[in-house]
Amino acid sequence: MNWEWLPHYIPLLIHGLYLTLVLLVSSVVIGGIMAVPIGLVQVTGPWPLKVLAKAFCTFIRGTPLLIQLWLLYYGVGSLFPGIPGIRDSFLWPILREGFYYAVLAFSLSFAGYEGEVMRGAFLGVPRGELEAARAIGMSPWKVLTRVWLPRAVRLVLPTLAGEIVGQLKSTPLAFTVTVMDLMGARAKISSDTYIMYEPLILIAVIYMILTFFITRAFNYLERLVPQRR
Amino acid sequence: MKHTRRLFLAAVAAATMFTASPAFADLKFGVDISPYPPFTSQDASGKIVGWEADFMDALCAEMKEKCAFEPTAWDGIIPALTSKKFDGILSSMSVTPERMKTISYSKIYYNSAAVIIGPKSADKDFSPEHLAGKTIGVQGATTHANYLEKYYKPKGAEIKSYAGQDEANADLTAGRVDYIMADGVTLGAFLASEAGACCEQKGAVPIDVAILGAGVGIGIRKEDTAFMDKVNAGIDALTAKGFFEENTKKWGLDGKLILPKDMK
Amino acid sequence: MILAVAPLSDLLSFGNKGYLDELMWGAIATLEISFLGYAFGCFLGLLGAVGKLSGGSLVKNILGGYTTLFRAIPELVLIMLIYYAGTNGLNQLLISFGFEPIQINQLLAAVFVLGFVQGAYSTEVLRAAILAVPVGQVEAAKAYGMTSYQQFRRVVLPAMLPYAIPGLANLWLNITKDSALIAVIGSSELANVTRIAAGGSKLYLVFYLLAAVIYLVISMVSDQFFAWLERRVRRGQRKLA
Repeated sequence: MNWEWLPHYIPLLIHGLYLTLVLLVSSVVIGGIMAVPIGLVQVTGPWPLKVLAKAFCTFIRGTPLLIQLWLLYYGVGSLFPGIPGIRDSFLWPILREGFYYAVLAFSLSFAGYEGEVMRGAFLGVPRGELEAARAIGMSPWKVLTRVWLPRAVRLVLPTLAGEIVGQLKSTPLAFTVTVMDLMGARAKISSDTYIMYEPLILIAVIYMILTFFITRAFNYLERLVPQRR
Repeated sequence: MKHTRRLFLAAVAAATMFTASPAFADLKFGVDISPYPPFTSQDASGKIVGWEADFMDALCAEMKEKCAFEPTAWDGIIPALTSKKFDGILSSMSVTPERMKTISYSKIYYNSAAVIIGPKSADKDFSPEHLAGKTIGVQGATTHANYLEKYYKPKGAEIKSYAGQDEANADLTAGRVDYIMADGVTLGAFLASEAGACCEQKGAVPIDVAILGAGVGIGIRKEDTAFMDKVNAGIDALTAKGFFEENTKKWGLDGKLILPKDMK
Repeated sequence: MILAVAPLSDLLSFGNKGYLDELMWGAIATLEISFLGYAFGCFLGLLGAVGKLSGGSLVKNILGGYTTLFRAIPELVLIMLIYYAGTNGLNQLLISFGFEPIQINQLLAAVFVLGFVQGAYSTEVLRAAILAVPVGQVEAAKAYGMTSYQQFRRVVLPAMLPYAIPGLANLWLNITKDSALIAVIGSSELANVTRIAAGGSKLYLVFYLLAAVIYLVISMVSDQFFAWLERRVRRGQRKLA
């Protein structure tokens, strides 16, 4: 085993870790927020929205994330030369960075998977509770924000740790669109030093530690939120 | 249950039969899976064609072997060789002192200049100082990536690395990188295509043999010395026959490649 | 030398001018890698589940390490590690036992890698399914004087299937999608073939969309198949009210 390269690349690895975490947190937050309406309209929405949300979930869950990411990055990118003035537009600094495509692809993916989970959770809230809320005169919006959504989220909480770990394990794909996350840092180290295995082993260990912390944090969180059974 | 088992076996048999892999060749050469025209690229019929594909055919005819390409991801092509996924690397791989620590190389069979290309609207200056703050695309794990890292990054250029040359080219067309550095011949092919209409060659970079290498050779495992001798004898025979000149003419690359004859 | 790109109708055709036949072969390769990897993974999973339930403490610890590790590390990282280092290790093992090292073809390597990752998940799925078989049924088999193999083959295995199939169906859908990750190490499966077609034709949007549709069809057909299978293995089971 050869670890001589390690001291020189610590800043790169730390930056890579930072990008991995930013990718994870932003996609979980954005995707998680999107998942609520996607789950809700499948349960109560008007049929066009229902069909749309269902189709979205089916597409996301039925195709590899790698293809979704390449479709967004290279597919959309191939249209740029045909759009005059795009390089002068205010969006250009975002459009030229692989990082934002990765955030978008990972968020949509998380929304697709969690949207399906939220659908089940909304259905899983006992009808009696919703009827009781309506009976005391809550508006539909209040029923949603005070009873339905909090109860659904509580139902989802035990599975959330697993979903977030799954999302973490998807983030290394970002390196295929030039993002220098942990996986990208590894690729660069291998490219510079011709050492293949040691950087891979190192990042494998880092991902394991991250998984461990996520699992622990959610166990703790779950105990904080009271639940009567 | 019996029925299910028969179904399963039939499926396995069908799956094995349908495999369109060159499993029957005696020798396999690893090649970058992403297109690298005019040396190696997979055409619409699924065949790998190009200057180097013809070279492999001629070399194997010389060695009296049946050969096939094994397309592989570029950034893992050396570990794939050392872990015996194939017998050699025949994929425009420059011979460098760093790489020689892990594997051996045959005689050099061509050399060409490393160049930087960029949009026609930009000026001709491509010095590291001038490209400070610009983004330069390059295929990862290449000598060109190492070159940019040594000369351009310290002056303030941003280096974006890609799994394949084709993706780097696509991002130059899309405008997501400002310049690309790679081998002059493959970039020449790109510039001649519709997608390369945006851009032009800015010039060849000053040579640094320690990083860029002295030319391209076939990568071979260190312990396979008998195979190495056989390959080298084949290259010598092809040089004597004038194959390289002929092949270069066939692919319209006259004057763009330095061939074994010129190196002596 | 102008490399003009062929017209769309040519590129989107079967035969030597178009990429559709390559895409079709890529899809077949994807199915093949997935199928063989899945079979290998389920086999490992069955061994793992039995080992976890009835093995000694050493076996249990090793299996616990395997399932924890393989489920905590990103598939992409695992695939790269096993693909390059794992096959190397296998050869070293062969050499140390006095065998000739073998050249592992890419398809087999991909199957091996995906199967190993899959095995960690199917171990857990099958373990849970075996535990879900009512103890009374196993005891009844024992009372009939069946050997432990007979108990497993005739009672546990058929009785656990209804519990295992939803989980196994999910794993199949995952492996068809994970097989795309093999593209990163290079193989002629659908994702990589698409990458080549997209690069060769410059029709990135068209080909990636097309690939997405093919994957979608694979997963939708699989969904139907597993729904049918589940109904079939649940024959004779009491319907849930």
